[in-house]
Amino acid sequence: MAAVLRIANGSAFWGDQPEAAARLVAAHPDLDYVTLDYLAELSLSIMAIQREKDPTAGYARDFIDVIRSLAPFYLRGGKTRIVTNGGGLDPVACGRAVADELRRLKLEHVRIAVVTGDDVIANLRQDPAAFSNLETGAPLSDVADQLVTANAYLGARAIADALRDGAEIVITGRVADPSLTVGPCMAHFDWDITAYDRIAGATVAGHLIECGTQVCGGFSTDWLDVPHVDNIGFPIAEISDDGSCVITKPEGTGGVVSLQTVKEQLLYEIGDPENYLSPDATVSFLTIGLEQAGPNRVRVAGATGRPPPPSYKVSATYRDGFKAHGQLTVFGHEAVKKARHAGEALLRKLAVRGCEFRETLIECLGTGASVRGVASRMSDTHLVETVLRVSVAAATKEPVERFTREVASLVTSGPQGVTGYAAGRPKVLPVFGYWPCLIAGKHVQPVWSMA
Amino acid sequence: MIALRVIAFARSGDKGDSANIAVFGRSTASYLWMREHLGAPVVEEYFRALGVGRVIRHDVPNLEALNFVLPRVLGGGGSRSLRIDAQGKALGMALLEMLVDVPRDLIPAEAAVPATPLPFTPH
Repeated sequence: MAAVLRIANGSAFWGDQPEAAARLVAAHPDLDYVTLDYLAELSLSIMAIQREKDPTAGYARDFIDVIRSLAPFYLRGGKTRIVTNGGGLDPVACGRAVADELRRLKLEHVRIAVVTGDDVIANLRQDPAAFSNLETGAPLSDVADQLVTANAYLGARAIADALRDGAEIVITGRVADPSLTVGPCMAHFDWDITAYDRIAGATVAGHLIECGTQVCGGFSTDWLDVPHVDNIGFPIAEISDDGSCVITKPEGTGGVVSLQTVKEQLLYEIGDPENYLSPDATVSFLTIGLEQAGPNRVRVAGATGRPPPPSYKVSATYRDGFKAHGQLTVFGHEAVKKARHAGEALLRKLAVRGCEFRETLIECLGTGASVRGVASRMSDTHLVETVLRVSVAAATKEPVERFTREVASLVTSGPQGVTGYAAGRPKVLPVFGYWPCLIAGKHVQPVWSMA
Repeated sequence: MIALRVIAFARSGDKGDSANIAVFGRSTASYLWMREHLGAPVVEEYFRALGVGRVIRHDVPNLEALNFVLPRVLGGGGSRSLRIDAQGKALGMALLEMLVDVPRDLIPAEAAVPATPLPFTPH
């Protein structure tokens, strides 16, 4: 058993750099694992909509491209294993597609496992009263008819079992992001599921690498000082049997791994740092110590773990109407005043024609609109240019559709200096409400099988 | 008065309609100053215009950081929010523009970090 397990991340989200995994194994053919994360909060609802049009589109098809890009590596005898949640809503179909692709590539010997059991939409439909919203306390019965997806965040156990049985590619649906890293550690170090301090350490490692380049200088406060941002390396966690790790990145890549980049990523999307809840352990971040162990090497140790909560977190989504955003640039004297006036005129025109919206918003980008009213320019009358962004939302599609057809009218009826309409008519977008809730552990049965 | 970014760095992210902003001292002294002066009510007041709920602050001494959780700050969050920053990506940068009155010895002498704030003003 190797003393250190090397796990890299090669995708932070659905749409991330498709060649990242191939570049990682080219630089480090001895990597034990590459994890690929495709699922943000709302990704599954987008897959559900895709699947309505095409029954084979319930997973991240980008992952098939990744497999294809890794073929030369595997044909040369490469051994790096893959763990991904790219199975999305339909890990079984994803597994089948990967198997087909591997056959075509003469790699049929590569063993694929599929983890399922996260889809709990039937439970929610059967007993809506039991699934109130964690954020608002509202009962699910309010939106039960519009449910699109409901998936429990599974833990690392089924992944670990599949790996112990010899799987080389593990495809899951919804699992907690760090569990993609914890699973390989459990299998490699043969940790018991109650080794909470070690599991906590691996959970922290998984949390640090799950957002790809974000721990290597991407999205950093001092981004302008980050070297070679055109080629920021994807992260590697070198994890030891005690759960501690070193975060680093491939030689020759851009970006930086420093105390600052690791600190920023440690607290990214975190609530109470003493009680980070995962299905594998409840983790305290308050005992973690960091140390710069070399150039682009940060040692992370000391995370402590306790048993996980008895319930799984469920991320459910429901249909919640439609929206659209239209953008035009306004240049000239009193640009902001003109832009705001044009946006108001557009909405008034639609109102007169009978369009009813539940919500509208006019933003003038360039005036601090990202945090409107918080930090705003002392005066925006000096601005000679702004981007007018008008947004509408409605329960039905028709008024939103109408809005998308009317935005262009400002090109000829708006102020002189309206420009930037090259992107064309805005798209009508479905709105998905997010419904976080809990489900008792006994109702969730994670299972895995070889594809 | 200086902008908070002179003595701190930050990171923000979303969870549904909530966001968190972690703020880190650039030095131990800066962290200790923030721990004393950057309370949850100060941050809540700063982001009031976005409709934020009751802000909670978690102290993270081992990282010399404060982690603020801001409920209902994203105009619905996820795909529901109509705002340009529906996911709170800008909130960390916004907090770092807060003007603060810190002791002179906390302000780094080197020019690496610009010490003059942008013309932003809190409402």
